[in-house]
Amino acid sequence: MAHKSQSDREMLKGTLDMMILRTLMTGDAHGHTIAKVIERTSEDILEVEQGSLYPALHRLEDRGWVSSYWGASENNRKAKFYRLTAAGKKQSAREANRWRQMTRAIGLVMGSESPSGGGLG
Amino acid sequence: MTWRRFFRRNRSDNELQQEIDAYLQEEAAENLARGMSPEEARRRAHIKLGNPLVIRETLGKQNTIAVLDHFVRDLKYAVRTLSRSRGFAGIAVLVLTLGIGVNVALFTVVHRVLLAPLPYRDSGQLFTVYERDSHNPGRDPFLPVAAGSFAEWQRSAAGSAQMAMVSPWQDYNVSDAGGKLPEKMNAAWCSWNFFSVLGVNAALGRGFTPDEDRPSAQATVMLAHSLWVRRYNSDPGIVGKTIWLDAQPYTVIGVLPAWFVYSSAFGGNTVQVWTSVGHEAPPSLLSAFDDHEFLVVVRLIEHTNLSRLVDQLAAVQKQIEATHPLPTVHDGAIGRSMLDDAVENYKTPLYALLAASACVLLIACMNVANLLVARTSARSKDLAVRSALGGSRLRLIRERLTESLLLSAAGGAGGLLLAYGAIQWLVHTRPDMRRVEAIQIDGTVAAFTAGVIILCAMFAGLISGTGLGCRDLLASLQDGSRLHSGGRSRAGLRRVLLAIEIGLTVVLLIGAGLLLKSYQRLRNTDIGVPADNVLTMHISLPTVRYKEPFQQVAFFEQLIERVRALPRVESAGLVSTAAGEGWGGDRTFAVVEHPPVSKDDAVDIHVRGAEPGYFAAMQIPLLRGRLFRSHERLSRANVVVISQLAAQKLFPGEDPIGKHLRPTNADQVYEVVGVVGDTRWHIAATIKPTLYWPIYGNDYSVATIVARSTNNVESLALPVQRVISELDPTLPVSNVMTLQQAIGLSTIDSEFDSTLLVLFAVVALVLAASGLYGVLQYLLTQRTNEIGIRIALGAQRAQLLRLVLIDGLRPAFFGLIVGLTASAATVRLIRSMLYETQPLDPAVFVVVSLALLFVACAACLVPAWAASRLDPVRALRAE
Repeated sequence: MAHKSQSDREMLKGTLDMMILRTLMTGDAHGHTIAKVIERTSEDILEVEQGSLYPALHRLEDRGWVSSYWGASENNRKAKFYRLTAAGKKQSAREANRWRQMTRAIGLVMGSESPSGGGLG
Repeated sequence: MTWRRFFRRNRSDNELQQEIDAYLQEEAAENLARGMSPEEARRRAHIKLGNPLVIRETLGKQNTIAVLDHFVRDLKYAVRTLSRSRGFAGIAVLVLTLGIGVNVALFTVVHRVLLAPLPYRDSGQLFTVYERDSHNPGRDPFLPVAAGSFAEWQRSAAGSAQMAMVSPWQDYNVSDAGGKLPEKMNAAWCSWNFFSVLGVNAALGRGFTPDEDRPSAQATVMLAHSLWVRRYNSDPGIVGKTIWLDAQPYTVIGVLPAWFVYSSAFGGNTVQVWTSVGHEAPPSLLSAFDDHEFLVVVRLIEHTNLSRLVDQLAAVQKQIEATHPLPTVHDGAIGRSMLDDAVENYKTPLYALLAASACVLLIACMNVANLLVARTSARSKDLAVRSALGGSRLRLIRERLTESLLLSAAGGAGGLLLAYGAIQWLVHTRPDMRRVEAIQIDGTVAAFTAGVIILCAMFAGLISGTGLGCRDLLASLQDGSRLHSGGRSRAGLRRVLLAIEIGLTVVLLIGAGLLLKSYQRLRNTDIGVPADNVLTMHISLPTVRYKEPFQQVAFFEQLIERVRALPRVESAGLVSTAAGEGWGGDRTFAVVEHPPVSKDDAVDIHVRGAEPGYFAAMQIPLLRGRLFRSHERLSRANVVVISQLAAQKLFPGEDPIGKHLRPTNADQVYEVVGVVGDTRWHIAATIKPTLYWPIYGNDYSVATIVARSTNNVESLALPVQRVISELDPTLPVSNVMTLQQAIGLSTIDSEFDSTLLVLFAVVALVLAASGLYGVLQYLLTQRTNEIGIRIALGAQRAQLLRLVLIDGLRPAFFGLIVGLTASAATVRLIRSMLYETQPLDPAVFVVVSLALLFVACAACLVPAWAASRLDPVRALRAE
């Protein structure tokens, strides 16, 4: 189990940042919401490890792609909200583009052996 | 990771904590909404989150710089351990402050005085050339240049070098219309291009022109910046004004920049007034080949070098010697860089002092290393436990290094302050030292200090750190057992350190001993007369107002009569240059009654003008014949009194009285009427044969007044000065000092060097002694059990005392032998600093050895005595 989650996290490392940025495109959100949105949207296939979510958020903040502020959550609790910056929006578009190219390329390669693959795109 | 995050780690960790709490609450609230019990909702939320500590750690690692973090942690640890033993830290910092302080101070002096380029444009191209006398190889080869030779040199080297000459040992009586007191000032005559060759532009006005460097030109003068500020209140309109030099009007054409100082092996750094040599010097001097009054400064053009120029000039000089066969025409040339010329005399002493201070620092480092080793040993159990729990060896060494870095950084900060103070003191006490104005702490010095701090830290830290083996871990943990013989290898390391420390101390002590002995010799040297209770002062009569010789004589005679009439003046006299006051001029003489001698055999004799009262005032004994009579003056002043050495050299085996002498470059003949005792012209120089002729006549316009009293001779200075100003209020008086003070001035270098070196040696001795004491004390604490058992089993106390003493003295003996050997090899390097003292002076070596053994015994005796008094019961219970 521990090994499996370890390898999942490895795989997700590059994509988690991208998915966080994409999630924030729809509006400001705090950590819990971000995790929930990613999980829901992926029809619960992806599970966001909290152990990687917060470091990823801080990393994005260091790079200037998101900014943060303290505010009240939907349930009126104090929570740290993250907002996409202008640079973050550009980055999100760039990554989405790159991702589409990548999955297409992988799909082409994988498609020759298993036509039903490439579902992630 | 950013620096901002790094320094805000704690805050961002708090924020993360809050963020995680918020997440848990959100998740729990959702679970609650799904219908779970509050308990279950919180539990599920926690499960979903996972371990919050892992998140915090991940983020913490992401936000930190590992090396820096470790360093800060080590630093905190070091501060904590050091503050737990304040005594140790205080002593170590003090020791390092001393060591680093003297090193930084001396490095600053060496760097700024010996190494920093002169402040002139392209100063690497500037050289000073001298005449050289190859017939006289024992003499200092750098001889001042005759103006005639300079002119020939300049002609021959026109294509390869710019040449200027300067005569920096002139003086003027400066007065002006403002009614200020007249002053006697050091001055220089220089050729018009002197400043342009150096590349110095006037700060105000302009430099000399070729037209002003002629006898027929209008008199012009350039002022040193300090003179302009002090005497003329920085008057911006000074250029074009008239000032009076020796009662003649001179137009000020320029003021030199504040930074400008001319330094040569023959002085020049006190020159305040610059005039053009073509206007000032008599034409006969300017064409002479045997009157050496000038220094020659050369700026080489590109693509040529000094040795080529010197070869060229030497050939010219050889030609000059062939065509002018006078006794004092030299036959060669020699040169050196202008920087070397200015500081050559300081090289050996300064490098010797720097080496000595480096020894002190090395000893200081070893002491600190010793202290650290002792602490490491005392904490060996603590360290063993830590390595058993997985503390890496590297980490432990890093801790030692951090600790010693902290100590040496504190020592370095203190040392920098100490060096600053020392430099202020040096600049204040040694204004005579060349380039002293250039000494200041700059970037290079700061970098040097940082380097020294790091070296000290590495040295002390690594030595104490290398003893940290993991092999004897178990043994350390079992320290309680009586079988364990505490850290023998570490004790061995300390003994070796100690022996080296003592060896270095011996070298320092011997160097200091030699210099001290040399200084004592110098101070005890007899200048030929009793030097106490004699006051000297200098006057010079302006030749404009005292044009005729009879006017000068009349003034001198009146003056000395009045001085003799003053109460408490026992005797007084006049002389051109008093004994111990300096070179004062020399000429070669031939005996008229003897067959002509070859040029190399002519006797070079110091010449002084004297008044008969001088011999009485100086107590120079009359050995044969008589002194001058009162009618032997002016045109009848052709009699001389010679010193005993002159009599031996000129008239070996003959009676000189009644014989005649003739200067080899003149036609007058002088009759020898008397022989007097010898005197020295400089305290550290060999006695020269001396000749006196009457100061009344023989063209003297300057004189030194010599007055002797039975006691408290300084109090005569004011009455004598009053007498002078009554006779002529515009006459300045200079060099008012007792003969003792005058001699003191010429021994100041020796005094300075020996004092500093003795100071260093004493510091080294104290450090070495405390090191010896510390090591022995430490060894004894380690062996308390063993000694307790020995006493319990009936060992004699005397036997124990001997055992411990021998144990402690062994490194001292080794150190002594090493030190004596090293000294024998190195003292030759300071030979030039020693006066009538051999480098391998046996007395110094013996005294140093005995002193060192005595101190070592004293340092060992205290712990040894304590050990032999040990109460066995208490010793055995000490665990």
